[in-house]
Amino acid sequence: MSLMTWIDERFPASQLWREHISEYYAPKNFNFWYYFGSLAMLVLVNQLLTGIWLTMFYTPSAAEAFASVEYIMRDVEWGWLIRYMHSTGASFFFIVVYLHMMRALLYGSYQKPRELIWIFGCLIFLVLMAEAFMGYVLPWGNMSYWGAQVIISLFGAIPVIGDTLVTWVKGDFVLGDATLNRFFALHVVALPIVLLGLVVAHIMALHHVGSNNPDGVDIKKNKDERGIPKDGIPFHPYYTVKDLFGVGVFLMLFAGVIFFVPTFGGLFLEPPNFTPADPLATPDHIAPVWYFTPFYSILRAITFDMLWVPAKLWGVILMFGAVAILFFLPWLDRSPVKSIRYKGLLFKVILAVFVASFLLLGYLGTQPPGGWRGPAALIGTILYFAFFLLMPIYSRLDKTKPVPKRVTQ
Amino acid sequence: MMRRAVLILSAALMAPGVWAAGGHAVPYDFSPDLGNEASLQRGASLFMNYCSGCHSLQYLRYQRMTDDLGIPEEMVQENLIFSDVPNHERIHTGLSAKSSTWFGKAPPDLTLVARSRGADWLYSFLRTYYIDDSRPTGVNNVVFSNTAMPHVLAPLQGYQAEPAHDDGSGGHGGAPEFELVQAGSMSEDQYERAVADITNFLVYAGEPAKMVRYGMGVKVILFLAVFTLLAWLLKREFWRDVH
Repeated sequence: MSLMTWIDERFPASQLWREHISEYYAPKNFNFWYYFGSLAMLVLVNQLLTGIWLTMFYTPSAAEAFASVEYIMRDVEWGWLIRYMHSTGASFFFIVVYLHMMRALLYGSYQKPRELIWIFGCLIFLVLMAEAFMGYVLPWGNMSYWGAQVIISLFGAIPVIGDTLVTWVKGDFVLGDATLNRFFALHVVALPIVLLGLVVAHIMALHHVGSNNPDGVDIKKNKDERGIPKDGIPFHPYYTVKDLFGVGVFLMLFAGVIFFVPTFGGLFLEPPNFTPADPLATPDHIAPVWYFTPFYSILRAITFDMLWVPAKLWGVILMFGAVAILFFLPWLDRSPVKSIRYKGLLFKVILAVFVASFLLLGYLGTQPPGGWRGPAALIGTILYFAFFLLMPIYSRLDKTKPVPKRVTQ
Repeated sequence: MMRRAVLILSAALMAPGVWAAGGHAVPYDFSPDLGNEASLQRGASLFMNYCSGCHSLQYLRYQRMTDDLGIPEEMVQENLIFSDVPNHERIHTGLSAKSSTWFGKAPPDLTLVARSRGADWLYSFLRTYYIDDSRPTGVNNVVFSNTAMPHVLAPLQGYQAEPAHDDGSGGHGGAPEFELVQAGSMSEDQYERAVADITNFLVYAGEPAKMVRYGMGVKVILFLAVFTLLAWLLKREFWRDVH
């Protein structure tokens, strides 16, 4: 009796391999946009491994955190590389995830029957944001400190319980050691566990219904006599080798940043964060890291009280709303077709406007407010929400084209 | 459509310098050159002689500096370590904790100043001291107005008069015009070089790994290029039978 048989009688190893890898039939027409799922997984592993090593040398204490990061950068063998892999990985995680989400928008990958894949994905995005925010606080630089100060103070905008909630989140009346330590616990233990669980759910849901593709055609409707989709190919070896190529290209870009521009001109690591946290010295201009700036712009967009709700609370509602609204996407889209290839001009224009408004908000979030930027952020915010809220209308008005029976090459 | 979207997105992400330094105008540009070992050595020497009396480099060890800059160990021990500490110690200052009462503010640690302020700022700061009798130190600075730091490098540079106030737009290119009213031991060119050396040294001190990461990066990317080529060939081979 072979070892594999012995194992399979006790654990479904071969069965799992077949179901998820060697006999998981994926559409054969995946394009550029389909690299980012496996790349997100790669970055996740990178963050977990480098994170574990950083934890071995980092000291979670307001008095020592900053110095311990410099200790890693200087005295720990390869510490600088591990740290840059982690800090660059955070930014690349969001690049990859944003492109992965863009793919879903382009090809309608959230539509029936993939609503739960999308929802698990949105939860991953939400947890990732919390994870990134708390991770950014850990080096205890001045931007860590003031960024945390700004974000935590948002809870203070909630009526009645706001102030109590802020103190509860901080674990103290001021932002300090207690806050840093709980963020460390959440960043290193709690959120990664949640993240991993969600990633498993995301993939299980995907493999249960099967992958969408750039044509939005259901390949399971056309099977051969053995029950295999005619337009499907086994994930392994076809997509494992294809993704391996994607990994190579990705790693070259990743290494390019790590070795040559790890701060990326102040976008990935901000200059004020090379100064230790100082409660008495507010940076000239507090800005989050680039991946939060679209949402930061939305937070700052409303500068006037409206409908008896103060401006600050509006900002908080809209910022969380901007993430929350993503969850409803599968039910907002009433288009009979999935892929942008068979949608009409109306949808294409609206999607382009949405992408432009998101990029505009992202840019504005890196800048101090004021001047034309205030109204621009407001317009960007309106366009962002209009994309979702008007979708039930324009997705029905849009003139779609007939969808082919089989995938195109 | 999608190609355009990728282009736009990547253009947005690849736009560095979105972070303007903020605050004061920085008149001079400076590109550090960590390959210039002689400059780094001169910078270390100038720093130890003129700056380390008040400013520490608390995250940098003498030993690390000795190794990275190729300075003989005895020379460091005899000429650059002014306190009685072993070589493996971090570079602390002899200044007592009371110093803050002299200057109004304790002189900051400078290990990371090149990373938080930038090389342009440092280089400009050290070159733009001018006479200002209204200040307790008798001098003021263009990029860091009302700085508490005296003009420590005056014996080298001498003293400059306050530059004529232009439109105040500042920024690169609009460098102020200085007139030397009291000469120092160095000529203008020599002083510029000295400031460049100190800035270069502080850029090194801010990130010693910078000495190795460029060279290593080239090798890593070459390796990955070969890996990617092989992966592409492998992919092409496997995908021959997909129609």
